[in-house]
Amino acid sequence: MASGLHDSTIQNPVIRWVDQRLPVFTMMQKEYGTFPTPRNFNYFWNFGPLAVITLVIMIATGIFLAMNYTAHTSMAFDSVERIMRDVNYGWLIRYVHMNGASMFFIVVLIHIWRNLYYGSYKSPRELLWILGVVIFLLMMATAFMGYVLPWGQMSFWGATVITNLFSAIPLVGNSIVTLLWGGFSVDNPTLNRFFSLHYLLPFVIAGVVFLHIATLHITGSNNPLGIEPKGPQDTVPFHPYYTAKDSVGIIVYLIVFSVLVFFTPNYLGHTDNYIPANPLVTPPHIVPEWYFLPFYAILRAVPNKLGGVLLMFGAIAVLFVLPWLDRSPVRSMRFRPIAKWFLLLWGVNFFVLMWTGAMPAEGIYVTIARLSTAYYFAYFLVILPLLSKVERPLPLPESISRAVLRGGGHLHGAAATAKPMEKA
Amino acid sequence: MRVPTLKAAILAATLSLGLAAPATQAAEGHVEVPNTEFSFDGPFGSHDRAAVQRGFQVYKEVCSACHSMYLMSYRNLRDIGLSEAEVTAIAASYQIQDGPNDNGEMFERPGRPSDRFRRPFPNDNAARAANNGALPPDLSVIVKARQGGADYIKALLMGYEDPPPGVTLMEGMYYNKYFAGHQIAMAPPLTGDGQVTWADGTQATVDQMAHDVSAFLAWASEPESDTRKAMGVRIILFLTVLGGLTYAVKRKIWARVGGDPVT
Repeated sequence: MASGLHDSTIQNPVIRWVDQRLPVFTMMQKEYGTFPTPRNFNYFWNFGPLAVITLVIMIATGIFLAMNYTAHTSMAFDSVERIMRDVNYGWLIRYVHMNGASMFFIVVLIHIWRNLYYGSYKSPRELLWILGVVIFLLMMATAFMGYVLPWGQMSFWGATVITNLFSAIPLVGNSIVTLLWGGFSVDNPTLNRFFSLHYLLPFVIAGVVFLHIATLHITGSNNPLGIEPKGPQDTVPFHPYYTAKDSVGIIVYLIVFSVLVFFTPNYLGHTDNYIPANPLVTPPHIVPEWYFLPFYAILRAVPNKLGGVLLMFGAIAVLFVLPWLDRSPVRSMRFRPIAKWFLLLWGVNFFVLMWTGAMPAEGIYVTIARLSTAYYFAYFLVILPLLSKVERPLPLPESISRAVLRGGGHLHGAAATAKPMEKA
Repeated sequence: MRVPTLKAAILAATLSLGLAAPATQAAEGHVEVPNTEFSFDGPFGSHDRAAVQRGFQVYKEVCSACHSMYLMSYRNLRDIGLSEAEVTAIAASYQIQDGPNDNGEMFERPGRPSDRFRRPFPNDNAARAANNGALPPDLSVIVKARQGGADYIKALLMGYEDPPPGVTLMEGMYYNKYFAGHQIAMAPPLTGDGQVTWADGTQATVDQMAHDVSAFLAWASEPESDTRKAMGVRIILFLTVLGGLTYAVKRKIWARVGGDPVT
């Protein structure tokens, strides 16, 4: 080995030559080939890779849409319809991008749910979790600005309502709103800057995703039992075991995605967004995209504007400190007989919030939204800290292999220490 | 209430429970739009070209007096089965403003297939002035832009009736049981049987005209829908087979370590 070159184990001379100078192949082999991964993942662990794939799909389709889109108030709506009608397979690219946003939120919400249920946010994975919440925030900002671009009625009025929220901030609120708008109402400068940011933010997301995965590869993955692997008998190499299992999930995901795109592409959208934006006509109900509805419900549950805005952002902010609110050393809800039920209720409550967000803010809906909002926060701020002290967890298994292998991990002595792909 | 099963399945599968707009609409006291059987309903449905062509004729002879379809070009009519000569003839029957010419003047010339559908009014203000202050909406994407889609369009066209006792209409307004607020500025457009004469001999009843023009507008809103659904069927079949194979491979690989863990 020449001095200063990386000690590569790759056989192919050309790849070896590169790898000695830039050891990306060694790195890939280490991080995605032999990377020891708990052997007991269930299909909930598919949703991380699925989120990455969705991000790639969104960036790929988005680049082609941007080639044909015109960010001007007088042309944006028509340029989107031109993509649908006159660009080759433009309808496919646009419907994939449009429904891809919904798929992204479905996937990420399930990913977050898996974290909550199996306690993946707990030490030592706090930073991994925090970076995930950052990605979620960036996704919401990106999705919001993307929804403005077709310049339909909901684009325009959604942008007006959401940007106006910042005016609730004391003293500087109105200046911030003017800055966001680039003027004194949502208009062409707003559309232009939203387009620019909508193109920029996905790459910022990609950067944070890289950090998220880098952090994951330091701590290693959590697993459904929430106990750390204690040796090679508890893990399998990432490839081929999880590449194979993730592939199954990817196909199922693509089938669901295809049903949306090909058979009911506008189902998750709002019909009003096919009416060109008109600043003089306010739609009877301004409803955000479905993935914002729970937060929209929290916003409207508070009679005070500033209070509502604070609580809405608080709903995300509380996630940042979750690792320090839940002090129970037991990660997986499987071994937390009380917390488990409170979390399941929290999950149901999330859908209740989503539902009230779609309802008019009046009568019984307001009461339901308030109760739901209270529970959303109570779970994090009261129930989890309290349960950390009073709950008696079930006994944890001795090790992953003991718990999950048929026959307790001894009968399959040879199989227990799995080897990477070999030619059989 | 009509909830197609496919939509119901998606509803469950995509965690979007309770966020559908119909509930919001119900809260406003809208009349439920009756379901019309269209050939393009459902995942395997496709456009009935004869109906779409008849619908185009209704649009051309009735609706286009007030309603533009500015996203459509005459060339698009090839996609519903009209021949090159027919499309050229239809386009040429309109005078389209072009220019400026070498003298700097705008001039009129016969339309070409590449022209957009001619707008009935030069601008929105002219349209309002001619229609008692109301703006007839552009119909290019109208089926995508209304709750209930083509069902709603047909119901609206057939939904004119005398106002119930106690309801006073504003001047120049008509009572329509499917229109939000029930007062609509559009005069009943389909007034009687035989309003258009179809070359294929289909009898032009009001119901048939309403049905066919709704089918035409549905096609115009989503001209890709036949291609899209056909592609979707093929892609999902392919993915199902690929999924089966992938699952078999996964099981074989995991068999080396004693199969899937007991989770």
